[in-house]
Amino acid sequence: MSVFFILISASILIAGGFLLAFLWSVKNGQFDDDYTPSVRMLFDDKPAREKNTTSTPSINQTNP
Amino acid sequence: MPTTTIAETTEICYHCGENCDHSIKAEEKFFCCEGCRQVFLLLNENDLCNYYDLDKNPGIRAKGRFVSGRFDYLDDPSIIRKLTRFTDGKQTHVVFSLPQMHCASCIWLLENLHKIHPGIISSKANFQRKEVFIIFDEALTSLKKIVGLLAFTGYEPYISLQDEEAKKPVSYNRKYIYRIGVAGFCFGNIMMLSFPEYFSSGNIEQKGLKEVFSYLNLTLSLPVIFFSASEFFVSAWKGLRQKWLNIDAPIALAILVAFGRSVYEIISGTGPGYLDSMSGIVFFMLIGRWFQNKTYDSFSFDRDYKSYFPLGVTVIKEGTEKNIPVSSLIKGDRILVRNEEMIPADAVLMSPEGNIDYSFVSGENTPVLKRKGELIYAGGKQSGGAIELDVVTPASGSYITQLWNNEIFHNRKNQDKSFIHPWSRYFTYALFTIALLAGTYWYNTDPSRVWPVITSVLIVACPCSLLLSATFTYGNMLRIFGKNKMYLKNAGVIETLGKIDTLVFDKTGTITHNQSAIVRYEGEALNATELNIIKTVSRQSSHPLSKIISSDLQKRNSDRFLQVNGFREFAGMGVEASVADITVRLGSSPFARFITEKDFTTEDTGTHIYVSLNGELKGNFTVSNDYRPGLRQVAEELEKDGYNLHLLSGDNNHERKNLEELLGTEVPMLFRQSPQQKLDYIKSLQDQGKKVLMLGDGLNDAGALQQSDAGIAVSDDTNLFSPASDAILHGSKIGQFGRLLRFARSGKPIVTLSFILSILYNIVGLGFATQGLLSPLVAAILMPASSISIVIFVTLASSFSARMKGLEA
Repeated sequence: MSVFFILISASILIAGGFLLAFLWSVKNGQFDDDYTPSVRMLFDDKPAREKNTTSTPSINQTNP
Repeated sequence: MPTTTIAETTEICYHCGENCDHSIKAEEKFFCCEGCRQVFLLLNENDLCNYYDLDKNPGIRAKGRFVSGRFDYLDDPSIIRKLTRFTDGKQTHVVFSLPQMHCASCIWLLENLHKIHPGIISSKANFQRKEVFIIFDEALTSLKKIVGLLAFTGYEPYISLQDEEAKKPVSYNRKYIYRIGVAGFCFGNIMMLSFPEYFSSGNIEQKGLKEVFSYLNLTLSLPVIFFSASEFFVSAWKGLRQKWLNIDAPIALAILVAFGRSVYEIISGTGPGYLDSMSGIVFFMLIGRWFQNKTYDSFSFDRDYKSYFPLGVTVIKEGTEKNIPVSSLIKGDRILVRNEEMIPADAVLMSPEGNIDYSFVSGENTPVLKRKGELIYAGGKQSGGAIELDVVTPASGSYITQLWNNEIFHNRKNQDKSFIHPWSRYFTYALFTIALLAGTYWYNTDPSRVWPVITSVLIVACPCSLLLSATFTYGNMLRIFGKNKMYLKNAGVIETLGKIDTLVFDKTGTITHNQSAIVRYEGEALNATELNIIKTVSRQSSHPLSKIISSDLQKRNSDRFLQVNGFREFAGMGVEASVADITVRLGSSPFARFITEKDFTTEDTGTHIYVSLNGELKGNFTVSNDYRPGLRQVAEELEKDGYNLHLLSGDNNHERKNLEELLGTEVPMLFRQSPQQKLDYIKSLQDQGKKVLMLGDGLNDAGALQQSDAGIAVSDDTNLFSPASDAILHGSKIGQFGRLLRFARSGKPIVTLSFILSILYNIVGLGFATQGLLSPLVAAILMPASSISIVIFVTLASSFSARMKGLEA
């Protein structure tokens, strides 16, 4: 019946692993914003158009 | 007819959705203004037109908001240092608050800023906090350029002295999430490890297995006691030190007794203890607290004047313009204030004239014309061309900020303590009596069972269900209030709202629309040309009323302005000009009729503007406040519910008649009230023993909002700034205010009902406990069952109550 002890320790270990994963995710900020990610995942990534990188974008217009 | 053709060809701006004509276009799309077109071109150039596909016309109208040199103060190294969170010379991290963020398109654009500007390494939006986190390369760009880009695209960051002084702390909610997570983990595992004990009714055959389970449970309960439940102990201890028995005290006692008895049972080998019930109840109570404390991250309820004041100001020294932080402004500095900018200090006007909009400070609806040499108080906004001023008193000591020296701003609002605390006290007294009686009974019959019985009584009947009732009811009510666009600072406000008997309204911006006015014309009908002539002339004048008339006429007639000859302004009387050979006079009645009585009194010139063409009086324009819809109805509702209404206005009394019609004649109305007078008025009502609720907006009500028992800031754009308050109500929901108050009053009955429900559970539990029959199994079933049923009951009841009162739930 010592298999009980092995199983119990295994189950506690696995559960503890999940707890650590949870604590890590909180620390990582995954619970700080529960709305934006749900919107973000729906954005399509269009392939970027070939762009002339040397042209300074119209940011200059910010100070006309 | 020009007016009809306009109507047929009206388009909406591809960028912001405003109505527009065909004059401004790009790539087959129409725009309302050059600003919007520019933003579109910028996005188009950078292949970011996906912005327009996610939401329809998502843009924010940028028209007229942009002034060169506006962000020059962001070049100041001391300001840069204060605003950035981290920098290593290569990467700089900065967080901006963008109150304009409103849709998926916004998130998308803000996270694709790096495609527009190569200096931006990455940007991440947080929609709920309305913030964007930007990492940029200092070698390629600067803070000023990024703010410029954001402002250009319509997302001008909200930067204030307050952010500078105290950076927002990291989300406070994490603390609860950690604790709930740990408590949940321990609760689940203890429960699972207790099953063998329950199902074998205490006779586990395997030797040593029982002890393993017990000690594992004990180990698992340690984090619950020392980490998760610590806030109950801390709060109880704080209360006791102030000789105040709050609800956490009996809860902490019950947790301690349950833990102590369990430790004793496990060590002595007499039983498994009540660790599962104990950790379960901690878990549920923490969820309740978290739910109730879930507040609105993007709102700030305690802003003071510093949040409204600009961060930087242009100073003219020896002929050159220089940007300095407002805080280093000193007496005698010559400052330059541009259109729509706020005057950051009490100062003397040095330009010939300025048009100062004080609506923010005084509630006065229309801008005031100021001439050279006049003193202008901080907080006014210039509308029109740039003006120069000499600083008399810097921001911190100015007239408007003196209000904040009032002690009311230094004492924390004395919020009544919730009724659940005294209730929990009665509950505790009753509990001790029962425990004592049961103990005495068993002492006489079977002394060995005295302690087990007393401890079981304390364990089973902890007032946690009272706490759960309150937290879940208020948490759900906060959510419902939020859905109806009333955002409460915390749950305590609900109880305060329930006790209110007197309501004080501010006028401007609260029951009227802030920026708009109704213009009515009475008199001989005017044809399109005449309308255009009047529009042209009124546009020439800087008088606030002519501006309102001009912009109103523009809506009815969008013809081109005509050529104006011989424009003359007669101070205090009106304007005269000649357009298309017609002499036009706009102004007071005698002036328009060419009556040259020198001594005519300016009776109520505030509202009527007479117009004459070639000396012939045509009629007059009346400018009146635009009241929010549903006001009359809500006033009736509130009076029927027994509230006393009062009105305080910083404005003059020419609206009294309209107000009496709306609110009723018996409502006390006070006009021309200074911020300090408003505060004093609230105080005098409170001295009469009234519980006062103040509805206001703007800085001029800040003192009154703070003084009142419940201060509610009314705002048309809840994302924008509102003064320190207990709640923020969206302007469009004023008509619902009566219903919202009724809903707030239903909070206490719901908590009471669910408390009665929990008493029933307690009676069952006590029945077992006093007979000495409370087995861990009974406790383990009874406690979660009562908790869950109470949570379900209060959630359903509060949602049902909201629906009954005609609110969204």
